[in-house]
Amino acid sequence: MIRFAGAPLVMALALIVALLALGEALSPGFASVDQVRRLLIVAALLGIVAAGQNLVILGGREGIDLSVGGIVSVGAIVAGNVMDGANGAIVPAVLACVATGAAIGAINGLGVTVLRIAPLVMTLGMLGVLQGLLVVVRQGAPSGRAAPALARFVTEPGLFGLPGILWLWIAVGIAMALLLHRTVFGQRIYAIGSNERAAHAAGVPTGAVRVSLYALSGAFAALAGLCLIGYSGSSFSNVGEQYMLPSIIAVVFGGTSLAGGRGGYTGTMAGAVLLTVLQGILTTVSIDESGRQMIFGATLVALMLFYGRGEALRA
Amino acid sequence: MTGANAIEPRRSVPRRLLARFPFLPAIAILALLLLASALLSPNSVSPRALTGLVSTYLALMLLAVAQTWVVFAGDIDLSAGAILSLVNVTVVVMMERFGGEPLPVLAALGAGLVVGAACGLVNGVVVAVLRLQGIVATFATGIFFTGLALALMPVAGTPAPALYWRTYGGRILEVPFVLWTAAAAGLLVWALTRTRLVLRLLGVGDGPRAAYQSGVPVTATRMRGYMLCGLFAALAAFCITGATASGDPLVGGAMTLYSVAAVVLGGTALAGGSGTVVGSIAGALIIGLINAVVYYAGTPSEWQNFVQGLSVMLALAIGVLINRGVRS
Repeated sequence: MIRFAGAPLVMALALIVALLALGEALSPGFASVDQVRRLLIVAALLGIVAAGQNLVILGGREGIDLSVGGIVSVGAIVAGNVMDGANGAIVPAVLACVATGAAIGAINGLGVTVLRIAPLVMTLGMLGVLQGLLVVVRQGAPSGRAAPALARFVTEPGLFGLPGILWLWIAVGIAMALLLHRTVFGQRIYAIGSNERAAHAAGVPTGAVRVSLYALSGAFAALAGLCLIGYSGSSFSNVGEQYMLPSIIAVVFGGTSLAGGRGGYTGTMAGAVLLTVLQGILTTVSIDESGRQMIFGATLVALMLFYGRGEALRA
Repeated sequence: MTGANAIEPRRSVPRRLLARFPFLPAIAILALLLLASALLSPNSVSPRALTGLVSTYLALMLLAVAQTWVVFAGDIDLSAGAILSLVNVTVVVMMERFGGEPLPVLAALGAGLVVGAACGLVNGVVVAVLRLQGIVATFATGIFFTGLALALMPVAGTPAPALYWRTYGGRILEVPFVLWTAAAAGLLVWALTRTRLVLRLLGVGDGPRAAYQSGVPVTATRMRGYMLCGLFAALAAFCITGATASGDPLVGGAMTLYSVAAVVLGGTALAGGSGTVVGSIAGALIIGLINAVVYYAGTPSEWQNFVQGLSVMLALAIGVLINRGVRS
């Protein structure tokens, strides 16, 4: 059983190594330290979004958060405008942006639990609202500036040669592992994800747990938005959109079932790296955009064959 | 019928009505939006303006219908917009290559239907045969279809032949062509809803195991659902081609999520097993009318997207609440 639980992680790691070797063969220097560091930074941004997505999916009842892309963009704008290039304003920026994300996520959670709107629909509606909000706030122009210290934190090598954002990601990974496996809250997430009725009967406050999952998803997405602005300097149009479905795929590649109640975050981290390395290879090789997308789509389908296929009806 | 009444004797009139016609809340919202539109600008409900509304949103209506077939079976197709794009560029490229005379145009449309069905077949194999999770798997196939569309036409802008868009924008017997198209599509949808396939799709959505045990070929049914979805995405592409008079490899990308929203607005359950196509069509019109009303209300341009997003969300919430309030 334990071996089975670790299988997606081992598989993702093996695939990452294979893809790095393939990348190195196709374009020497692909697996160099610098390049791998750069890939990991990109993966960390996706991975932090996927942390929240992972929690929502683990919570079950068709849990999914399509609004993360919008929240990443909103988080980037809030953070960029609060700090406006000043190092001293980083702490308020972090607080403001995470609070905004959590508030948006909590609204999602309330819609899903109190109004009992299907998560896909609720978060899809929220995405539309956030996209509209972005148009109002930004009015077409780039908005906000990253503080120099934040840009250094995200892009420049720090302790042991790893940029701060990778340490942040590792910290998120440890926090997620502790949260999921060492706290009552974590037990409750798995409980409502695998059998909500039973969890409710056992005294789990299912509604409160689910609302906090969506709030956490919003907070993680906003945090990724903050890091993203450090990576790119300022926030431009819909920066976050690229994270919506990849964050779900990273979770799937990490071995978490979309049905909820089964999986964890360690695999998701590997899934995020796997997805990023795959995209990295495709941008390295010289083929045009159409070929790139075709290979990307086909590879995703091929990789999914290794993960959580549904049961056959005649079994 | 008497048997059903004997089992549930206390169901109120609205409950029975809603159980029979789950699209009623959508129709009510639609009527309210039409009223609001008429109050804000009397011209907006003139036959001319309404024809314009239909011609702008006919593609979304058809894409919503396409999405409905798979949602009936509890599936979802996030590649529907990409299929629309692929068919749009296929048709335009073929018409450009073989000329804009009636015969090549019809051949191009035939090829478009084949492409749509083939994309649906790919989705069906991936989701029903290989049993991958529909949301992520159709997203991946959608990326693949977008790649194909980009290979056929790297940049948007190849024009469609004049014969095509003149016909689409013209009139037959004084009636706009789009209304004929809408009527024909409506007839086709009505005929389809009376087929065994749609009954089986709903059965699979209600409970795949139960359907399997009662002899429904579940895998084949889900595959046919995806192929039907591909075919209707192709029909939607024909409308887009007529409305925009050109090819664009990314034209459908943003429409996928709207098609899902339209299905839900129409009172169809994403879990599968219940719903109506009429509802999805009304849902697509609600999205279109919300955009129109927000515009007629004189909303400042930078606020329009926000108000539209908020209104769609509100409509989704109201629909869900009415459905549940009356049913439970």
